[in-house]
Amino acid sequence: MNRMQLRFLSRSENEVFARNVVAAFALPLNPTLSELSDVKTAVSEAVTNCIVHAYPEEENWITISCETSGDKLHIIVSDSGKGIEDIARALTPFYTTCPGEERSGMGFTIMQTFMNEFHVTSEPGKGTRVEMTKRFGGTAEADAR
Amino acid sequence: MEIQSLRKGEELYFYLKGELDEHAAASLRGRTDAIIDGNAGLSRAVFNLAGVRFMDSTGIGFLMGRYKKLSRYGIKMALEAPNEGADKILLLSGIYSLMPKI
Repeated sequence: MNRMQLRFLSRSENEVFARNVVAAFALPLNPTLSELSDVKTAVSEAVTNCIVHAYPEEENWITISCETSGDKLHIIVSDSGKGIEDIARALTPFYTTCPGEERSGMGFTIMQTFMNEFHVTSEPGKGTRVEMTKRFGGTAEADAR
Repeated sequence: MEIQSLRKGEELYFYLKGELDEHAAASLRGRTDAIIDGNAGLSRAVFNLAGVRFMDSTGIGFLMGRYKKLSRYGIKMALEAPNEGADKILLLSGIYSLMPKI
């Protein structure tokens, strides 16, 4: 088992840095390029949510905690931002709270599809926590069914 | 994120290069729209994604935004050469029904 924690400000320039750090941490588990791409995309979606939705008007801290165990990578992306009022609605494909800003509403759908396990908890005014697990050597799509 | 364009008759090709995320999309929107506005008489705009090493759902939003703009001018839009990761997201979004992969 290995662990790491990364804490950075909610600036969009940190997206590339955050997803690449998580990908580098996962390398000892021998992921395929496709699996690594899935992880980077899911992390990028979670971090983008923090920047765009959790902290729309301020820079604040985003924390990514990772743990490897066996062939699995567990990732927790958390913020202390404004939170999600209605999680079920937020998880609906193509639903976005910012329709005028060219948002696809696909972020949570991508996280759910690309990772083997996905769970989000949130409290309005307190923050949001996204937990995801990727198992290397298996297919996320098969598990999601 | 780099963008280059090449006019071929009534078609305009965009070649995108880099990682298309929230950070890159912010400036890419304006640069792409300025090129579209500067090219009258187009029938189709083709976005070549061969140089896009990474794309998340912000890329879907970016492409949808350009699709809406081009539609207002009556210009069709198509995509070509996405890598495996980009293709997976594009397929999941259903965007190929609006802008086919050629």
